[in-house]
Amino acid sequence: MVTTENNTNQEFPGQIHETTGGGIVLSKLDDVINWARSNSLWPLTFATSCCGIEMMAVASAKYDFSRFGFEVARATPRQADVIIIAGTIVNKMAPVLKRLYDQMADPKYVIAMGACAISGGPFFYNTYSVVKGADHVIPVDVYIPGCPPRPEALLHALISLQDKIKMGMTREQIKQSV
Amino acid sequence: MLKEELTIIIKELLPDAVIEEAGEWLNISLESNEFKQAALQLRNFNQMPFDFLFCLTCVDWKTHFTMVYHLRSKKTNDNIVIKVKLNRETPQIDTVSDIWRTAEFHEREVFDLFGIIFLQHPDLRRLFLTDDWVGYPLRKDYDDPINMIKL
Repeated sequence: MVTTENNTNQEFPGQIHETTGGGIVLSKLDDVINWARSNSLWPLTFATSCCGIEMMAVASAKYDFSRFGFEVARATPRQADVIIIAGTIVNKMAPVLKRLYDQMADPKYVIAMGACAISGGPFFYNTYSVVKGADHVIPVDVYIPGCPPRPEALLHALISLQDKIKMGMTREQIKQSV
Repeated sequence: MLKEELTIIIKELLPDAVIEEAGEWLNISLESNEFKQAALQLRNFNQMPFDFLFCLTCVDWKTHFTMVYHLRSKKTNDNIVIKVKLNRETPQIDTVSDIWRTAEFHEREVFDLFGIIFLQHPDLRRLFLTDDWVGYPLRKDYDDPINMIKL
């Protein structure tokens, strides 16, 4: 039997009832949809500074986030499900980021990668041009600290995002449950 | 070429210049009124034409500005640095965009962020900041209470 309680597993959500000559799977449609969504999250090719190099490393052969369903990076927001904010967001970039997010089709998810995307990072003080955290512009699902984060940290964030999606709750519900 | 040799050559070309050998490259300090002429001389110097301006920037020392020009001669691969002191009240200097075309954008950047006026520049407009920006953000006394968090 496959449980939906342990969200970290990659198995199909539902119960298998053995019958002669095969079996029946019982599941909730919502769970199946979330399972499917979480295992096919296409990231947007979006990188504004050095975290982008790390993100490219995670996308390439050695770390390879395709293994977890982040199959191909899309160069258009209309085909992307998740935007990884890899780098500093400056005031001039903020409206562009907002527009990219608006152009993404629902459901859409946001990962803030690195110190700059979380809070402005090294540019928090005495800078006139940097947005102090990408969550001032668009809502963020998962934050990864680091400058830049290790590739393993990004993979962990991606898997955490999958867990969140499999929980089947909205951002607000997750916030209230914590 | 050794810096000592370079000093002798530059000294011959620009007798009024103050030359320092302390840094990585030869530092040549010039007055702003003789700068344009000296720049032309360096560019058209037959022995080693300084035909590549690879960096143009400005430094705010609070009491004054210093314009800094990094030049290279592609013939001999020697680098020199030209420094020109500008006063803070009327920061003006002749453009070098007619000598080194790359300076056109660099000077626009310095104009945008430091507020230095480049005389006879063909197109002195903002480069990065929005049109309605007030102030010069890379000046030391710049303050922006909305976007800046002071340490």
